[in-house]
Amino acid sequence: MPRAPFRRLSVALALAALAAPAVRPAALAAQDTTRTPDGVIIRGQYQPGSRPGLVVLAAPGTDSVRAIVQRDLDYSDRFEAVSTAERPSSGRLNYDLYKRLGAAYALELYPAVGGIAMKLHDVARGTVRGQQTVPLPPPTSPEYRMALHRLSDEVTRQATGQPGYAASRLLYLGTDGRIYRIDSDGHGNAPVTPAGARAFSPAWSPDGRRVAYTRFDGGRGAIVVQPLDGGAPATVPGTTTGLNFGAAFAPDGRTVAYSRASDDGTTHVFKANVADQCCVQRLTVGQFADNLTPTYSPDGQRIGFVSTRGGGPQLYVMAADGTDQEVLAPFDFGETGPSNAPDWSPDGRSVVFHRDVSRASQVFTFDVARQRVQQLTSGGRNTDPAWAPDSRHVVFVSDRSGRRQLWVIDLESGRVRQLATPGAVRLPAWSRRLGGN
Amino acid sequence: MRVASMAGLMVAVMVLAACGQNQPENVEPQVDTAAANARARQDSIDAENRRRAEEEARQRAEAERLARENADRLGAVRTELTSPIHFEYDQASVRGDDQANLDRKAAILQANSGLTLRISGHADERGSDEYNLALGNRRAAAAKRYLVNKGIDAGRIEVVSFGEERPVAQGSDEEAYAQNRRGEFEVVAGGDNLVAPQ
Repeated sequence: MPRAPFRRLSVALALAALAAPAVRPAALAAQDTTRTPDGVIIRGQYQPGSRPGLVVLAAPGTDSVRAIVQRDLDYSDRFEAVSTAERPSSGRLNYDLYKRLGAAYALELYPAVGGIAMKLHDVARGTVRGQQTVPLPPPTSPEYRMALHRLSDEVTRQATGQPGYAASRLLYLGTDGRIYRIDSDGHGNAPVTPAGARAFSPAWSPDGRRVAYTRFDGGRGAIVVQPLDGGAPATVPGTTTGLNFGAAFAPDGRTVAYSRASDDGTTHVFKANVADQCCVQRLTVGQFADNLTPTYSPDGQRIGFVSTRGGGPQLYVMAADGTDQEVLAPFDFGETGPSNAPDWSPDGRSVVFHRDVSRASQVFTFDVARQRVQQLTSGGRNTDPAWAPDSRHVVFVSDRSGRRQLWVIDLESGRVRQLATPGAVRLPAWSRRLGGN
Repeated sequence: MRVASMAGLMVAVMVLAACGQNQPENVEPQVDTAAANARARQDSIDAENRRRAEEEARQRAEAERLARENADRLGAVRTELTSPIHFEYDQASVRGDDQANLDRKAAILQANSGLTLRISGHADERGSDEYNLALGNRRAAAAKRYLVNKGIDAGRIEVVSFGEERPVAQGSDEEAYAQNRRGEFEVVAGGDNLVAPQ
């Protein structure tokens, strides 16, 4: 059983070598695309043919559009980028040339009334696979880049059946105690919480319009839900006393689960209705264990969390009403290192977390159906993972470069890229795909 | 006395001399006597003033010495009250070698009924940022429970946690970690004029 993946991998590599060589584009600015294989364990499930070549043909005057879209498609890790200087003339594409260059798809981008138009060609068949005109605000608008990211995600969906994750944002905690947001491609870094106050544990609402976080004050903290459009923050019921942290929205956006440390020494998982601002419910009990950092399954039926009931912190799961509590990721008592910071994938299949291995934290995934734990990182200290909306990329905090920074790993290919921020970071959270608004 | 008899003798001589010569009365001996009296009075006043000044200085020095001793005692009490305790890795139980420290704090709390404290729990940087908030909370609560078990009213002690957010020692070695795994004690109210326990 363990040998089959390796054989498939070597077959895949052989096939890839036989296929028409993909021409790498010129190095893109602003983001580091260096592979760092020594810090990463590549899962031996890389399927041949899952990275079709794609050539982007941008009409004159669309270079800035092309740059953003091309980078998004690169970061999707679903295509081999193909470059050519030739531009199509009067609608007819040179399918033969693109086929020879190794492209399975050709993407046309050209200006249209009120926006940008895309046309995705199936090169082998010589046909148009899909097209769309996306409304585009002026380049000075704060929504310009996100509109292009949505276009990139649509291209990915039309080519592969799965949308990309470019139209999304991350939150993280800066060393100044402020929470910042940043686009998935590293642009648009901006503070979300006020200066002079210390925050903790940022979390996105499912619609990406609100942020929950802890207002950390003198060793205590309430959790507030703050609308990103500038509305007044609202305190989550049940969090006005004690130290409350690790908030997580339920998929319907109406409930927030959180950890509450009270002065009898215990920490427990609670949830509250933030739509009606009421109805606090305690989900875990007991004097002798801490229960913390809940994460909802995408169907809202279950909550993964950390508990010390088995000794040190490990992953558990319960029904959303607190019943049926059981171990989630198996561990050997006294042997397995502490496990923390679980995040349930948007497709519901996996829970990503970090676990101490030989005294250093590493990122792991747990396949819920197969009940299998898999290690993703191995170099440096890697913590606090969070899923991208495509359930295939994971952001985590790593000190492998010397200070704590964000890195994004693709679980399919193992490719790792750095997501640069102005300062050191902690506790990232990744939004779902951001709809138009 | 000698002066008086001397003066009397001089007066006698002067009177005899004046009787034999019919000269005007010589007043010098009277002036000398008065001056001598004044000088004598002044001297004793001066002596009295000196004595009084010395007494006051002595009293002042004594008061200062007492005040210094008192402040040292208060400072010592405050130091005992606010000295930290420490914990083992991933543990929240009060260590045996910290029990005397907490016993002393309990005694100080007993002797000062208006005193209220805040205990903050801290963790080293290992483990997750959020788990360490829970661990710090457990540590502070364990220290509070020890004091409550010694008879201190629970309402006099607050519990807070800073997790790994406020290290006292930078560094990623065991020495820094050991210093950071701690409980700190802070006076909230009633900390002026602390009385040392008997």
